[in-house]
Amino acid sequence: MNNPAKMVPVPSRAIIPERDLGVTPILEVSHLGINFGGLNAVEDFNIIVGRTEIAGLIGPNGAGKTTVFNLLTKVYQPTRGAILLDGKDTAGMSTMQINQAGIARTFQNIRLFQALSVEDNVKIGLHNQFKYSTLSGILRLPRYWDAERKAREQALELLSIFNMERMASYKAGSLPYGAQRRLEIVRALATRPSLLLLDEPAAGMNPSETEALMANIIKIRDMFQIAIMLIEHDMRLVMGICEGIAVLNYGKIIAKGTPEEIQANPAVIEAYLGQKKEA
Amino acid sequence: MKMTKPGQKRLISNAITYAIVIVAYVLIQILDGSGNLTSSLRGQLVPICAYIVMAVSLNLTVGVLGELSLGHAGFMSLGAFSGVIVSLGLRDTVSAGPLRLLAALLVGAVIAGLFGFIVGVPALRLRGDYLAIVTLAFGEIIKNVINTLYVGIGPDGLRISMSDQASLGLGESGTVIMRGPMGAVGVDKLASFGAGVILVLITLAIVLNLVHSRSGRAIMAVRDNRIAAESVGISITRYKLTAFIISAALAGAAGALYALNYSTVVARKFDFNTSILVLVFVVLGGIGNIRGSIIAAAVLTVLPELLRAFNDYRMLAYAVILILVMLTSNNDRLKQLRWRIRSYFQHSSRRQEAEHE
Ligand SMILES: Nc1ncnc2c1ncn2[C@@H]1O[C@H](COP(=O)(O)OP(=O)(O)O)[C@@H](O)[C@H]1O
Ligand SMILES: [Mg+2]
Repeated sequence: MNNPAKMVPVPSRAIIPERDLGVTPILEVSHLGINFGGLNAVEDFNIIVGRTEIAGLIGPNGAGKTTVFNLLTKVYQPTRGAILLDGKDTAGMSTMQINQAGIARTFQNIRLFQALSVEDNVKIGLHNQFKYSTLSGILRLPRYWDAERKAREQALELLSIFNMERMASYKAGSLPYGAQRRLEIVRALATRPSLLLLDEPAAGMNPSETEALMANIIKIRDMFQIAIMLIEHDMRLVMGICEGIAVLNYGKIIAKGTPEEIQANPAVIEAYLGQKKEA
Repeated sequence: MKMTKPGQKRLISNAITYAIVIVAYVLIQILDGSGNLTSSLRGQLVPICAYIVMAVSLNLTVGVLGELSLGHAGFMSLGAFSGVIVSLGLRDTVSAGPLRLLAALLVGAVIAGLFGFIVGVPALRLRGDYLAIVTLAFGEIIKNVINTLYVGIGPDGLRISMSDQASLGLGESGTVIMRGPMGAVGVDKLASFGAGVILVLITLAIVLNLVHSRSGRAIMAVRDNRIAAESVGISITRYKLTAFIISAALAGAAGALYALNYSTVVARKFDFNTSILVLVFVVLGGIGNIRGSIIAAAVLTVLPELLRAFNDYRMLAYAVILILVMLTSNNDRLKQLRWRIRSYFQHSSRRQEAEHE
């Protein structure tokens, strides 16, 4: 795919791409944990993600990967630990504030605004980009026309990343599964994140769709110069585009490293072989 | 999936909605002019407009915001009585009837909107169907409080008492506006069909423009998927409140219009049955379907007049129709509402809405 990134160790046993050294990492998570009625769904989770890194989070089903995303976006408030976004502590922030601070995400079980059009879904993502008051909207003041025109242009431009601009007027819920996943990525991108979290973006996609998605994830990173962290079971995708990978099992990180290191790691092989089905 | 120029279908649909109202107005004027309108039907024209505004505004809460309100008549009541007080208070200073009507509508809307805020802040900040129970209680409380109010205008301004008329101490020159359970008396009939139609058109413009704007999209995003809406940086509470306050304010204006069509108005008129009646308009017209609300409100207000024989069974008939529609409809939003009402009465534990695969 692309040239393998040179990964450099940084303190706390994390690694980030060499090009991202010298700037504050976009994400620094230390000792993150949450407890669901006695079950430690995530425990002592530590990770550092570079500014423009594509990072992978893998692990068997139920390992706690989605829970990590929910903690990062404050859908759950962590029981323990600290999350620094661009060097700033996110303690006490709400999901809404986290997005405004720069994290956007997609969902494993797609959460589109099903009844609304594709274009409206993206415009909702642009909510904080082209602002005008409720009253300007009701009275159709010039600010309304101006912002709506800009939002529409921007929405179509973002949709064009996935060649979806012709679907703008379709109902989001009527799109094929793969297109819904892509639309979720576009909606997340519309919020202009500095860190994009993708929860199983290739789930339900056929091999050629997955192939295109891999290229597009890299394209998005290059275009927007953002960090992307993804959860994925498709090992071809993970090993093909992720620069650093963390492996989660029973809520704990059991390995971190480059794709080559992860593939050769006995603990990882063990965790995956322990699963009946290839997770 | 046919390609349409984005927004074009929506523009046409909105234009049809406005056109229906205007055409209906013109037709009724022609019928009236040629003496083909029965007097009972003529007397229904303003109430029909008020109920249309009620239905459209409730649809903003139920259909667009996706929250259940069981006390919409409470906001109508607030608008009705504050509108009456304003119209009588301005009797000596403002002679033009339409101007006093306008003032009454505006004040009715503001007061109802204010109470929408007061009711909405605690109820909408919480997750779950608290709005239904809070609005239900609100409607009953408003009715009972207004039932005990004595209001009059004396030489030195507005006087209010909760015990009796004598304690207003108005003397010779004062005017009594509200007499407790007897309601407001001596109301000037300032409302007209024309004014009602204008209020309907303004209501439509407000609701339709809102829906197709940034705030409207945010409201629908909150409705369709709360977590996704938050994840793109939308404030849930803010947009729930925005929709609910606008909905309450419009109901207040409808109340003022309604009240100023009669010489006496009692609080009992705006009770739980009225709230449910308006909810029936919304459900039958289609939850989220603004044009449907207009048609349902108009038809179901006129119908009992046309079928006087069934009048005693009107509420029963509504209940039966409502249940039939709910049972047979495949509308997703209706299913959702049905499910929520059921779980509501089963005291089921609050939905674990958080993301969990
Ligand atoms: N809201 C919740 N309440 C209780 N348990 C939960 C909740 N969310 C996740 N879990 C549990 O946490 C564990 C990790 O789940 P998840 O993060 O979804 O795994 P993954 O995404 O790796 O498949 C599972 O055992 C799951 O049942
Ligand atoms: Mg998961």
